[in-house]
Amino acid sequence: METIKAMTGDEVAAETIRQINPDVMAAYPITPQTEIVQIFSEFVANGLVDTEMVRVESEHSAMSACVGAASAGARAMTATSANGLALMWEIVYIAASLRLPIVMPVVNRALSGPINIHCDHSDSMGARDSGWIQLYSENCQEIYDNLIQAVRIAEDKSVLLPVMVTFDGFIISHGTERVKILEDEQVRKFIGKYNPRYPLLDIDNPVTYGPLDLFDYYFEHKRQQVEAMKNALDVIKKIGGEYAQLSGRSYDLIEEFGSPDADLVVIAAGSTAGTVKGAIEELKEEGINAKLLKIRAFRPFPQDEIKQSLRKVAVVAVMDRSASFGAVGGPIFLEVRSALLDEERRVPVVNYIYGLGGRNIGIEDIKKVFQDLIQIKKTGKVKNLVNYLGVRE
Amino acid sequence: MKEKGWKDVPLGGLILEAGSAKEYLTGTWRTFRPILDEKKCKHCLICWIYCPDSSIIVEDGKMKGFRYDYCKGCGICSTECPFKAIKMVEEAKYKAEKEGEKQNGNN
Repeated sequence: METIKAMTGDEVAAETIRQINPDVMAAYPITPQTEIVQIFSEFVANGLVDTEMVRVESEHSAMSACVGAASAGARAMTATSANGLALMWEIVYIAASLRLPIVMPVVNRALSGPINIHCDHSDSMGARDSGWIQLYSENCQEIYDNLIQAVRIAEDKSVLLPVMVTFDGFIISHGTERVKILEDEQVRKFIGKYNPRYPLLDIDNPVTYGPLDLFDYYFEHKRQQVEAMKNALDVIKKIGGEYAQLSGRSYDLIEEFGSPDADLVVIAAGSTAGTVKGAIEELKEEGINAKLLKIRAFRPFPQDEIKQSLRKVAVVAVMDRSASFGAVGGPIFLEVRSALLDEERRVPVVNYIYGLGGRNIGIEDIKKVFQDLIQIKKTGKVKNLVNYLGVRE
Repeated sequence: MKEKGWKDVPLGGLILEAGSAKEYLTGTWRTFRPILDEKKCKHCLICWIYCPDSSIIVEDGKMKGFRYDYCKGCGICSTECPFKAIKMVEEAKYKAEKEGEKQNGNN
């Protein structure tokens, strides 16, 4: 049965990959890499996995090796963070375009410069249009649960897309938490054997990967990717349900916390969702009803669930741990606001950009956001559509 | 050939049958057309060695002309021919001449 361990986020990710036992792990071993690959390489050295570890000379090569391995028919993984993700950019798109179900933990850290290695979401948010599914993890347990489910989601025949499982750099990656770990056999049975659809190594059925695809067919292939993302909405829910049967922990596209009938809502992704939960519990003691809407899947974007969740609320604040320079607001804010546009009842939605480069955010900060929401609800006026929470004026 | 819609093409641009490049007639890219002067050709097959698109037709060790369906008109054969037996002619002019011949033939 399950065991309970105290582990950091990076340790959990490495342990989950050990249980998944991928055919190939390709990684660039030094910074901006995280401890995930270092810990996993010890498992390889100790013979605890069957994985072929490919040490490459850059992140660009790491993703290229994963693309090659996945095309060949292997279950391939890598892990990255921040500028490492930026360096593999070109191949990140190609992995999705070739419909290769690669799973990759991404430790959310700021993109330089100036040089910063601490948490924000600017790395993965930049990759939001790359065609990868994105699951944001709130804590160490969710890293574990999301990575296992990600394998099934990615490899589902109606999806066949790569998946990023993200978690907050340092706050979660280096924070030790209590994690429930299933038995190896349970995990391996849940993910099953990988049956690649068109493996290059199947020499009886030769296929060509990555040919020139010009104006005559490229558009059709992009349209297929749009559809696969749409299909992923149901698949993520379905696999979340199956995983609940195995682990007792259920997962959906979004998670709600707090009073179901509360009309003050904060939307957040990543570890800040946990901070919001803490704020909501304190507010409850103060007699204020509030609700969290946590984004677990940002790609595909669960607009129907979000609309449903916000149908009766009075005012919404969206927390963005990344800036979209020159845009109306942060990326989550833009999506939420756009999703609500055709709703009959107009709900004020405000944006808080926070925590860039690891700037700390605490329960008091979130309570300040809820106080702002109370004011907006009272006056019906939005003073600032986009707010910068925690920046010095 | 009617092009398939997004629901019918293989995922991710994969090509599921081998040797399908044969169906892609790259000869349509050609601007200049190689024309063989049979009197000058000594069948040394230097053109066959150089051709990057395997578009020189050889039968019984003899140069027999070009696979125009695949010849992109790069002109390497013409440049390398030691006997100046291959002339590059603009496709548009070649076609116009051909049309002219046809019309003259009809008269």
